[in-house]
Amino acid sequence: MSLLSSLQGARPLFTKEVLRFWKVSFQTVGAPVLTAVLYLLIFGHVLEDHVQVYKGVGYTQFLVPGLVMMSLLQNAFANSSSSLIQSKITGNLVFVLLTPLSHRAWFLAYVGASLVRGLMVGAGVWLATTWFAPPQMVEPLWALVFGLLGGCLLGSLGLIAGLWADKFDQMAAFQNFVILPMTFLSGVFYSVHSLPSFWHGVSRLNPFFYLIDGFRRGFFGQSDVSPWLSLGVVASVTVAVSALALHLLRTGYKIRH
Amino acid sequence: MNAVSFQQVTKTFPSGGREVRALKGVSFDIEPGEFFGLLGPNGAGKTTLISILAGLSRATTGRVQVQGHDVVTDYAAARRALGVVPQELVFDPFFSVRETLRIQSAYFGLRRNDDWVDELLANLGLSDKADANMRQLSGGMKRRVLVAQALVHRPPVIVLDEPTAGVDVELRQTLWQFIARLNKAGHTVLLTTHYLEEAEALCHRIGMLKQGELVALDRTSALLAGTASTMLRFKTDAALPPELAARARVTGRIVQLPAHDAAEVEQTLAALRLSGCAIEDLEMGRADLEDVFLAIMQGRLTPPPPPPGVMPAASAHPAGGTP
Repeated sequence: MSLLSSLQGARPLFTKEVLRFWKVSFQTVGAPVLTAVLYLLIFGHVLEDHVQVYKGVGYTQFLVPGLVMMSLLQNAFANSSSSLIQSKITGNLVFVLLTPLSHRAWFLAYVGASLVRGLMVGAGVWLATTWFAPPQMVEPLWALVFGLLGGCLLGSLGLIAGLWADKFDQMAAFQNFVILPMTFLSGVFYSVHSLPSFWHGVSRLNPFFYLIDGFRRGFFGQSDVSPWLSLGVVASVTVAVSALALHLLRTGYKIRH
Repeated sequence: MNAVSFQQVTKTFPSGGREVRALKGVSFDIEPGEFFGLLGPNGAGKTTLISILAGLSRATTGRVQVQGHDVVTDYAAARRALGVVPQELVFDPFFSVRETLRIQSAYFGLRRNDDWVDELLANLGLSDKADANMRQLSGGMKRRVLVAQALVHRPPVIVLDEPTAGVDVELRQTLWQFIARLNKAGHTVLLTTHYLEEAEALCHRIGMLKQGELVALDRTSALLAGTASTMLRFKTDAALPPELAARARVTGRIVQLPAHDAAEVEQTLAALRLSGCAIEDLEMGRADLEDVFLAIMQGRLTPPPPPPGVMPAASAHPAGGTP
């Protein structure tokens, strides 16, 4: 089946998935924007005069891309994972299972809707933070590329988690013990150069670090590692995770018995 | 071409450390335009068979086709030809009735389907609930939406998995009138139900499953002819003598016993008199499908071999009815 027909097939499910989160946008878009702004206010206020990561960049300003990316990633993950687990547990996934949609169409729809929510929350956080730190975007293409890849990667991860989890507490465990630590320990609030060498090394194993570092490059034109290295790592991880998600959908893992 | 074809379908799954054989080589065909009833006690494998047909589950071995399309290798065409009303009362709480039906239409590539959606809503008595959120609907109303969802793409084959379980009389009437109309218009219907009077009234042909095996497959009229044509009915508060209790169908105070001829009636009454069992409201009546069902499930009746041409060769031995 061609990509075009998969895209056409994905459209109705994509639209449904976008409508699903948009109907409760106060909770799915508004709330994460508020949370990110609170992080910015508190950390920025406490550390503004004590920390300088890049020359000529204030700490509040430094925080913005990290917070934008963190919100984008967490919400892209939350969208596909929560939609799938809710549909599985309430049983209404059957309405999609009974349709002729291919596994590629499922993938494109769930990941596409996750990306849309991630980008909306990310853009919301960025817009809200312009009140507190002057907007800056030196190399916007990098920001766009890493934003898109981050949304796709976490949308796919959410899909895998949604397929795997049988109960809400398994999903909460995945979110709290995997996604949350990986985002927090990826350099959202600091540069990895400020870490002891052991933790610096550990951070280098975290693909989220490359997402945030590459994204930040778009804002300041400065980064901890080369954006091309970050692009290579992030693209490879995204392809691998997407391939796994597609495989699970194709075999009907935990949804077709 | 058959509307639905099951060929040697088996399903095995692990449960509590051992293998459970839910289906043991089930084969039968449903012809286009037929109203087919699939009956069997709980756990007989009805829903497993329907799930395999709908692509919700995969057969361990065997083959299932819908209008000639294999449900695994040609799943898209098979699912386009199939409308399934699931047994569980499920719904998407984010949407209204109309949104639900529009979304379901879109999954089948139908973008401008409002005329048919309106017709479905009207036929199922849902027009005034079209803009209500699914959460606000009563159980019966949600069941109607499930039926409408299954029909948005006008499937030639309609599968109803116990659609009237726990619904009121009015909905049952509305639903059956509508489904019967669709059947007259050429849609094939596959129904599983616990209400045997419904199956008797609606189904041209009936298959019975017991412990994963097809134990009967015939025209409804032939199945009814195969058992005692009359039944002796009475009410009693006393315990029946053991030789009668084994053959009796008891519903509360009402007891029904097969009565093939006058001699059997006489023997039954004598046995009741001898045991001192006081009875009232004695009457004779025609046997119904429930009698046939119980007789087959209890192994008291071996269904007659179906006439040639009714069944495919693969299902010529519907596991006998003599477990």
